[in-house]
Amino acid sequence: MNLYDIVFYLFAAVTLISAFVVVTSRNIVYSAFSLLFTFFGVAGLYVLLGADFIAVVQIMVYVGGILILLLFGVMLTNKIVRVDIKTGTINIIPAIIGVILLLAAVLWIMLSTGWKSVPAEIAQTTTVGIGNLLVTEYVLIFELLGILLLVALIGAASIARRDKE
Amino acid sequence: MAEVGLYHFLIVSAILFALGIYGIVTRKNAVMVLMGIELILNSANINFVAFSRYGNFGLSGQIIALFVIILAAAEAAIALAIVLNIYKTFANVNVDEIDKLKE
Repeated sequence: MNLYDIVFYLFAAVTLISAFVVVTSRNIVYSAFSLLFTFFGVAGLYVLLGADFIAVVQIMVYVGGILILLLFGVMLTNKIVRVDIKTGTINIIPAIIGVILLLAAVLWIMLSTGWKSVPAEIAQTTTVGIGNLLVTEYVLIFELLGILLLVALIGAASIARRDKE
Repeated sequence: MAEVGLYHFLIVSAILFALGIYGIVTRKNAVMVLMGIELILNSANINFVAFSRYGNFGLSGQIIALFVIILAAAEAAIALAIVLNIYKTFANVNVDEIDKLKE
């Protein structure tokens, strides 16, 4: 077992254990904080896959943006002073059965398919390649996503600030 | 404990996907449902990046992962705005109690 494998198992364990805490913790703030470790673990997996740019984007957007947004959502929609921050769970038994069946099906499909597996050489840095592709082959999606982000920004502000008559 | 390859990443992403589904169906709080969706998007992204490396497709998979991250950011912003509105209207955000489209 070389260093790459050890680091992989480390990041995989961090990701999966913290994801498990996210979905099982009774306290929603604990869930939000262990989501932080999930995102870091996934970023580590991206680094192991040679996707350095995506890993940095993951940390900046997810940890710096989405997680903060979720924490604000938690704080604005719970009565912190009344310690009402616990969150209920429903349908545990059917959910466990369904999820295990789903996981078994997905794993069976994934493991029984003979994927083409030719590891690419890990490029020195992927930023140049991604930048070039973004303004050539994927320029339409890139521009559309820019417009989408603008629309989402305006829409979120107008939905959240709408005054009730 | 074989040499880490494509299948290891696929297994991690499948388990993450299952955990995300579990979070969505069992939690009552709408913000927790959003966290489950983020887990699912992350698991899809791991698949994209893993196939991008092991399938030798160049950087296309990584770019799609980038687009997924952008969409997740837009989705989180809109969804939290909706959740705040629900909280203003119903005084809680439990998805099993919100059963009216209109007051």
